[in-house]
Amino acid sequence: MSMIDRIVGGLRPPAPGSTAGNGHLAADAGLIVDASEMTARRTTPWMAVQTARNITRPHALEVIAGAFERFQELHGDRSFRDDPAIVGGIAELDGRPVVVVGQQKGASTEENIQRNFGMPHPEGYRKAIRLYRVAEKFHLPLVTLVDTPGAYPGPEGEERGQAESIASAIRALTTLATPIVVVVLGEGGSGGALALGVGDIVLALENSIYSVISPEGAAAILFRSATEAERAAQAMRLAAPDLLELGVVDALIPEPAGGAHTDHDATTRAIKTALVAQLDRLARVPVADLLSTRYERFRAFGTILEPPNEAPAPRRPWWARGSVRDLFLRMRI
Amino acid sequence: MLFNKQLARNLNVCTKCGHHFKLGAKERVEILADPRSFRETDADLSSTDPLGFVDSKPYPERIAAAQAKTGRRDAVITGDAALAGIPVVLAVMDFEFMGGSMGGVVGEKVTRAAERALAERKPLVIVAASGGARMQEGTIALMQMAKTIGAIARLDAAGIPFVTVLTDPTTGGVLASFASLGDIVLAEPGALIGFSGARVTSETIGEKLPTGFQRAEFLLEHGFVDQVVPRDQLKERIGFFLNAFRVAGQDLRWSL
Repeated sequence: MSMIDRIVGGLRPPAPGSTAGNGHLAADAGLIVDASEMTARRTTPWMAVQTARNITRPHALEVIAGAFERFQELHGDRSFRDDPAIVGGIAELDGRPVVVVGQQKGASTEENIQRNFGMPHPEGYRKAIRLYRVAEKFHLPLVTLVDTPGAYPGPEGEERGQAESIASAIRALTTLATPIVVVVLGEGGSGGALALGVGDIVLALENSIYSVISPEGAAAILFRSATEAERAAQAMRLAAPDLLELGVVDALIPEPAGGAHTDHDATTRAIKTALVAQLDRLARVPVADLLSTRYERFRAFGTILEPPNEAPAPRRPWWARGSVRDLFLRMRI
Repeated sequence: MLFNKQLARNLNVCTKCGHHFKLGAKERVEILADPRSFRETDADLSSTDPLGFVDSKPYPERIAAAQAKTGRRDAVITGDAALAGIPVVLAVMDFEFMGGSMGGVVGEKVTRAAERALAERKPLVIVAASGGARMQEGTIALMQMAKTIGAIARLDAAGIPFVTVLTDPTTGGVLASFASLGDIVLAEPGALIGFSGARVTSETIGEKLPTGFQRAEFLLEHGFVDQVVPRDQLKERIGFFLNAFRVAGQDLRWSL
């Protein structure tokens, strides 16, 4: 991120009076880049979880319909079936063709059953990989929309290689030679979300969450009770402002007052503005630089303590060591 | 009757039924690396507490307890070694240390191991044993999946062999990242290998799972593991593959 900033200018607008205006303002486009701006609007982590999961929030297909034009959906992984929990295809964003892939939740119980509650099977991730390759082959930017409780944990998923499909999807993204912008729409559930979540710029809606395990799952393991989910959510720092502080996301897209579910049009407009600005920025970066900055962006995660790597002092000769040296000194006096 | 010494002498494999008990990371380095060839690297890296995580006790206390218990700083040992005479970079995960979970340190050490393998053009061998990503490090632990895979992808592009050995248990975020991506993926007999825990899966479908579900043989049958290899043959088998890969285009690849 910081290296991309160095190439095309940061997300922040330049200081007043500065002449280094290299499109920063366009890039900023109403995004929240500083978590301290959020302090007044922050809700409790548990409220954030509830808002992120709100069934009436705009989901992937709706965002695609609102923010993109002329979307043509592409189906199937070419080896097993078409997974309805992942949607994707070719669309135009502000007149330019892009590939868009997203996890699809339903807006009603029936729809959710059909979409498997946005929990993809391995064939869903393999469909995503296929679409990533299309983006790379035809030099189209890739936009991914993350919104899933996690990859489907059922026995069919295990039989068809859930872990391998996620690992392969992440690998495809880390080396994909085309600009990638990720938007977390609602729930970013663990590895199943990360399979769509590796990009040059990662954005998130203001009320979204992203976590290594669901708060219920964490509570079941840590407190031996799923009812402690609220406590787990508190400890996990999964709300969007926390993610901004941790650097997991680069900027937040503000939602309408009351949340994205209160005004779908305003939300999709904000997403579109953010995407257009970010893809404009990335289009100015050579692909080789994109790949190395993407590597460095994810390489940097993890705070570790490392003792300073000092060479040990050379051993003193026998006559200069502790007791012998003292003896010499005393003799001189 | 099974005696401890007898078991230890047989690499923790039951002499009667062939059941593979868990083997410590240090012992595993000993059976894979040639005698006196292992040089540990990055042994001093230890974890910080990026989230300020507290469940029943604070995360730094858990780390301190695990460090006291195992005598290691975190859940993986990495280093340079010779394996059947071939110089390799070896990483062995330690299930004893917080369930082998992957946090910042495991991610960093695996990534450094892969980067060193790339720089020195040596094959990378990883023995996985892990419950998955370390919850106490939250999304930072999750991002280690992308971090390690990024380094593995560079190895892949450079044509450097990468062999993984899945041991009991290999699950979650470790299986869904580097552990699944070996050019050759081997597993130990009977090892539990799966994406989500068996308890979660059985709760999802609301019924008990068949015996043998998520075992090494199950993965072999479904095509996600190349071979199930008994512990005493592991070294020889890895050596065979590394030798084979070395011969193919060796002049071109290994002298660059």
